[in-house]
Amino acid sequence: MITLEGVTKTYRMGRIEVPALQGIDLYIGRGDFVAIMGASGSGKSTLMNIIGCLDVPTSGRYILDDTDVARLADDQLARIRNKKIGFVFQSYNLIPRTTALHNVEMPLIYAGEGGRSARAREALVSVGLADRVNHQPTELSGGQQQRAAIARALVTNPAILLADEPTGNLDTNSSVEIMRLLTRLNAEQSRTIVLITHEQDIARFASRVVELRDGRIVRDERSAA
Amino acid sequence: MNLYEALRMAANGLLANRTRSALTMLGILIGVTAVILLVAVGNGASVQINNQVQSLGANVIYVYPANARGSGGVSQGFGTAQSLTQADVDALNTRQQDPDVVAAIPIAQSGGQITYGNQNYFAPTTGTTPAFPQVRNYQVAEGSFFTDDDVTARHRVVVLGQTVVDNLFAGTDPIGQTIKISRQSFRVIGVFAQKGGSGLGSQDNVVVAPITAVWAYLTGARGKVISQIVASASSAGTVTQAETEITTILLNRHQISDPTQADFQLQSQQDILNQATSIATALTLVLGAIAGISLVVGGIGIMNIMLVTVTERTREIGIRKAIGARRRDILVQFLIEAMVLSGLGGALGIAMEAPKIPAIASSSFPTPVVSPTSVVLAFCVSVAIGLFFGIYPANRAARLHPIEALRYE
Repeated sequence: MITLEGVTKTYRMGRIEVPALQGIDLYIGRGDFVAIMGASGSGKSTLMNIIGCLDVPTSGRYILDDTDVARLADDQLARIRNKKIGFVFQSYNLIPRTTALHNVEMPLIYAGEGGRSARAREALVSVGLADRVNHQPTELSGGQQQRAAIARALVTNPAILLADEPTGNLDTNSSVEIMRLLTRLNAEQSRTIVLITHEQDIARFASRVVELRDGRIVRDERSAA
Repeated sequence: MNLYEALRMAANGLLANRTRSALTMLGILIGVTAVILLVAVGNGASVQINNQVQSLGANVIYVYPANARGSGGVSQGFGTAQSLTQADVDALNTRQQDPDVVAAIPIAQSGGQITYGNQNYFAPTTGTTPAFPQVRNYQVAEGSFFTDDDVTARHRVVVLGQTVVDNLFAGTDPIGQTIKISRQSFRVIGVFAQKGGSGLGSQDNVVVAPITAVWAYLTGARGKVISQIVASASSAGTVTQAETEITTILLNRHQISDPTQADFQLQSQQDILNQATSIATALTLVLGAIAGISLVVGGIGIMNIMLVTVTERTREIGIRKAIGARRRDILVQFLIEAMVLSGLGGALGIAMEAPKIPAIASSSFPTPVVSPTSVVLAFCVSVAIGLFFGIYPANRAARLHPIEALRYE
């Protein structure tokens, strides 16, 4: 489903070239729950940006659902992000002064799909926010905001849920709640989840752990559970 | 993304910063107000000038002598030749094939001190024939105008304009009284109704007498000079034909074959009207342009605020792009926001315009004339300004890279 072959990414900082990824080969199948780990500067953010179609690799191939997305133009990438990828960010990234419902509707608006309100409501119910539908982000706790963000990521029924340090800003209780929600989505709906984290405790919820160091994969193992 | 969603997003964005949005709108509001108001004042002036010229008679044609040429061909100035005669006037009045000329009158002008009792006043005295009221569009309010008999017999009778009456007769009835013009006695037989109008030489400051009497008693040694012939066409629409006919008749009479050598020149009220109209149009344009500048300044204000908004909302733009907004979606969102801002400002400007019009109308300004087109145009222009000045900021937003936008703090 997700296949990366020899993916490299090099940033240019003035006259110096900084290699962020140096040849990544990775396959993630449907229903997988993968945690990508690594210290800061290991290239995990770059890898997430590429998997999330926010950026394209310098070289190598990235096949997502039979499409080679490595060479697509901006608007085509936007389309793929809209249809196939659900983002969950560390800082929730809900749009301010906009109700949870409208936030969740947003991807459907850009997709130009109908029945938005009902589908958005359904997604909010599925993450346990049925009673917070008309609240604005500032009226929600961190855990609730992150759940609204997860509802927004799910509403277009994407192929992958891409979670970048989803618990980074949360306390332990909320973190566990969010991770249980992700685990449940993975188990019940066979959602493919790619989780990026540097915390061992959080990575433990995933069924497979990939570790990066200096732009290379140094560990790729399935947990016993 | 449909229009409803786009408008909802725009409203959301604008309501987030109420004060700022209101102040930005104020710029456009003032611009639109200024445009409508100044154009209305310009139009008002134009209408006033038009009315004034029309009151002179829209179908009037003036025939002047050509500029006399001294030895060596030096022009001695406008109307200095003495080429018009009573015979010319008669020829115009007894024409056969010029159905568009209704009547022609000779004019002999004379200045002179006018006295009545111990009052004295200065007004030009016009010598002419009985068709004068018809041709020059005057109404006799009291008494009567002089007749052909008065002309033949050189009767010393005059008809006065209202201004002259006001200055000479304080309250007494002028009819039947005798006034003196250049120490010659004339009897007042009629008074013209007020024509109104100022500027352009008041038409109520007139003294009209039979042309023969003026020649006999006032112009003295200069003899039977006709300073101009005034003819009236059957309607404003036939002025051009009438001019052609007059030219043909006079060229024939003066035995001139080359029209460029004519010893007379024509000017129609239409020519004067055209000149006045072009001046008024220029005035309206200048006023409109000055007001337009404030509209442009308002537009720059919008651009400025939209740039600030785009910078402030960089992260939001990043989020929208991450969840699938294409460039076009972001572009449209910010363009509509700018257009709502300017369009709303324009609409408010128009709404605030209405109560101001009567206030200005009651002042000494020419009554402003608000044309519906200028209102519709002002609104469209304000929306267009939003579009124009919104393009740069919106484009900047649309081009943001999602990753950098998401990282923006």
